[in-house]
Amino acid sequence: MKRWVCIVCGFEYDEAAGLPDEGIDPGTRWEDIPEDWMCPECGVGKADFEMVEAA
Amino acid sequence: MDPIVIIGTGLAGYGVARELRKLDRETPLHLITGDDAVSYSKPMLSNALASGKTADHLALASAEDMGRTLHAVVHSHTRVTALDIPGRRLRTERDEMPFGHLVLALGADPIRLSPEGDGAEHVRSVNDRGDYARFREAIAGKRHVTILGAGLIGCEFANDLRRAGYAVAVVDPAPQPLGRLLPPQAGAFLRQRLERSGVRFHFQCTAQRIDRDGARLAVTLSDGETLSTDCVLSAVGLRPRTNLAAAAGLGVGRGVRVDRCLRTSAEGVYALGDCAEVEGLVLPFVMPLMAAARALGATLAGRPTPALYPAMPVVVKTPDCPTVVCPPLAGSSGAWQETEGEEGVTSLLRDPAGRLLGFALCGDATAEKRRLAREIAPWLAAN
Repeated sequence: MKRWVCIVCGFEYDEAAGLPDEGIDPGTRWEDIPEDWMCPECGVGKADFEMVEAA
Repeated sequence: MDPIVIIGTGLAGYGVARELRKLDRETPLHLITGDDAVSYSKPMLSNALASGKTADHLALASAEDMGRTLHAVVHSHTRVTALDIPGRRLRTERDEMPFGHLVLALGADPIRLSPEGDGAEHVRSVNDRGDYARFREAIAGKRHVTILGAGLIGCEFANDLRRAGYAVAVVDPAPQPLGRLLPPQAGAFLRQRLERSGVRFHFQCTAQRIDRDGARLAVTLSDGETLSTDCVLSAVGLRPRTNLAAAAGLGVGRGVRVDRCLRTSAEGVYALGDCAEVEGLVLPFVMPLMAAARALGATLAGRPTPALYPAMPVVVKTPDCPTVVCPPLAGSSGAWQETEGEEGVTSLLRDPAGRLLGFALCGDATAEKRRLAREIAPWLAAN
């Protein structure tokens, strides 16, 4: 499962963990998160996220 | 078509430009800035060391790239000297530029204190990527940094510098970090965790003098102690940039005064971001900036849209003690109830009727931030 990081504030979305308190189940892939979703910490859109390459 | 002109290429200026372009790719768009117009994220400056990033790494896109992506003309290294609002034009050092709609995204200036001593002029502030590059050069190979101000920015820089191996002293007239944003138990918890990571606090103190001492600086505190340091970083607060607006006769309070549609007192002139006071609120954070950018982008594209602000907690990026504050709106009164566990503190501010007005969370309690924020009435609701 991948991780995506907000390039504006550093918040990390972990596909394995999801965001249950926003109704995003664990295991939800990035592509399946709605396009109008906003970073929960700073409010920017999905376009401002980058995939974190596994080391 | 009369052009839309945006002054400022920070998160606010580029943010509203991007939102506008999602809806309108045709209206001519110009952005003007005194700096290099490179896009970057200001929140990332205060944790760059721990992420292994230099000022160059923090650059996201060049002025040319932004111009291309935005289908806009980006005028970098260009200072605006005056706004001629009746004449619908602005003046720069070299030129004049007409506008149909004007957006002020000017940001804020760091507040500068004036201690005595010949070292005072060497005090640095970091308010943009250029400042940050100079700061990193100044501390390269050095050992000790003194930070004036234990607010959000001061604490973030303190933690980042500690994690990079610097000795760090922080000076503040308040009795605890984040001042009045935290009730006492949360403040003590944050203080303890940062002290455990090696930050040395000097509370209820100010820097009275800063004197040069060879290649170093000597900071004399109001309690009599003198700190020997390699660099002094000032992080004591921000003042919205309102001079251009005030000189042009726009309504100005603490910031450039705008309504919830981001409209100043002059038709076709708007403001957002750190320079703006939106219905009395000056919120120098990304989340309200983005709400404003979305609303203003739609307005400029022809669909007048008010900004709506839910309660927006602020994440303090202190990895040695994750902290989230959601301060009450000015004028609210209530009582704090603090609950401390091994690994965190939950502090809730409730009014006499039991309604949640605000909160502060430290450590593992920060996991509750979204749930708690939803309980608080919006900061700027629909009319």
